[in-house]
Amino acid sequence: MERFLNIDRRIIFAAVALAVIGSLLVDFSLPVPATPPVQKIFDKIESLPPGAHFLLSFDYDPSSKEELQPMALALLHHCFRRGVKVIGMTHNPGGTGLAEQALNSTASIYQRKYKEDYVFLGYKPGGASLVINMGEDIHTAFLKDFYGNDTTTLPALQGVESLRDIDYLVDLAAGVTIETWIAFGKEKYQFEMGAGCTAVIGPEMYPFLDSRQINGLMAGLKGAAEYEVLVERKAQAFEGMRPQSVTHCLVILFVLFGNVAFFVSGSFRTQRRPRR
Amino acid sequence: MFTPTLPSPLKGEGKTALERKKLDFCKGLKEMIRINNRSFDFWLLVGTLGLFALVNLLFFLLGKLGLSWEGFGIMIAAGLTLAVYSFLYKDNPAFKVVENLYVGVALGYTVIITWFNALKPDLYDPLLVPIFTGRQAQYLLLVPMFLGIFMILRFTRVLTWLSRWSFAFVVGLGAGITIPNLIHSFILKQLEPSMHPVFYGGETVLASINTLLILLGVTSVLIYFFFSVEHKGPVGVISRIGIWFLMVSFGASFGYTVMGRMSLLIGRVMFLMRDWLGIIQ
Repeated sequence: MERFLNIDRRIIFAAVALAVIGSLLVDFSLPVPATPPVQKIFDKIESLPPGAHFLLSFDYDPSSKEELQPMALALLHHCFRRGVKVIGMTHNPGGTGLAEQALNSTASIYQRKYKEDYVFLGYKPGGASLVINMGEDIHTAFLKDFYGNDTTTLPALQGVESLRDIDYLVDLAAGVTIETWIAFGKEKYQFEMGAGCTAVIGPEMYPFLDSRQINGLMAGLKGAAEYEVLVERKAQAFEGMRPQSVTHCLVILFVLFGNVAFFVSGSFRTQRRPRR
Repeated sequence: MFTPTLPSPLKGEGKTALERKKLDFCKGLKEMIRINNRSFDFWLLVGTLGLFALVNLLFFLLGKLGLSWEGFGIMIAAGLTLAVYSFLYKDNPAFKVVENLYVGVALGYTVIITWFNALKPDLYDPLLVPIFTGRQAQYLLLVPMFLGIFMILRFTRVLTWLSRWSFAFVVGLGAGITIPNLIHSFILKQLEPSMHPVFYGGETVLASINTLLILLGVTSVLIYFFFSVEHKGPVGVISRIGIWFLMVSFGASFGYTVMGRMSLLIGRVMFLMRDWLGIIQ
């Protein structure tokens, strides 16, 4: 048993890799029911009338793409399908490419036109200052959009002077931007807000649901998969649930095995020495 | 590579001729294994690179990867992904190259995006272009421009004192904006769910249990971190409950972290199997 406690870590890596590859090759489906926090985001967008303004903040970069890009795509499909006007922006310079790709590829499916049905404001530094600036006047915060167009001339921004005119905002975050949007945007300018985040910061975001500072939350790939099921467009996140479940079972087995080996080998006796 | 445990070389003094011979043999064996390991790693790297090049060549010839920027991009992305994951075997030159490449590309991309999204539309176009073309410039922008330049002067010896003005502005403005907003959003607003009535009608039993749990969790954890009173008797019991709440919270965080890391792996494996190898849809 002692030998199993000093197992080469590369064996574990290989087992995880095999579990992921195997579960992607073998086709089986698992149910992915929507949890209430994800359902609430869906319901809110469902309640928006055509022509309402939805702001999507792509606050992540390629290192979090695997979790957050599926959320962005699912949200955009939902909005474009319902005829909601989408305003995209990012606090992260590395997120511009991903945001642009997500907006243009999804809009083309529903024949939505740039400037009229959606706009991409691009990246601006500042964090909290930028949010406050947008809360006062969105056109001075973003004088030009990502492509250099004057924001005052964009039809999709007609009727939007500040954050107060936004009907719903969702922040997709890999960092602290959800807190920034809440503290300097939502609380100050009173608009409805939802959030999507990486699984790592997911547990820190749940208190904001309780305090109703966000109306819904999608955490990690699971959150994205739930939203894909709700919009009836099963894509990357849903496909990822199979390997996700298998690797979780494998991790649980490893944890159980490690604990059994630890106790059976008697290692705990040598590690917990009596106090003198 | 597997390395057998050998006796560590000791000083030859006080040893018999046979023992010294044994030690020399062990030293030689160790050195040989080290050289062999290095040589094995070298050939493994060369072999993997060769295999990767061969697979891509085959894909291009078979038309699986188009001779276009997209096909070339998929090939590069697959190579970089594999090079990063090669670190799981051990540190190697391919990983080092990709690691440095990532830092360089990310920085270069940030500089370009910042120029075209922030500096050009907000400073260069409204201030500097009109000055040189004789149009009406927004001279008020000189203030933030100079404050920004002063920050960079921190790296000089003579003018470093000017950076204090910029930092004073940033700290003063930051504190003024942040403190009241954070107190309101993260303390006062967060107190509300803790003070929520356990049952006031119209709520489910589960919701009431949730409220009770929140109340118990907040109180017990606060008492656990209250060090002015010895943790004995009732205080000890409550602080013990606080520890349990903390443990559950750490467990939840760890579970979510595992989920997040696995998601990243799954995403990359899906990319390799779908976009590069084309073996899944």
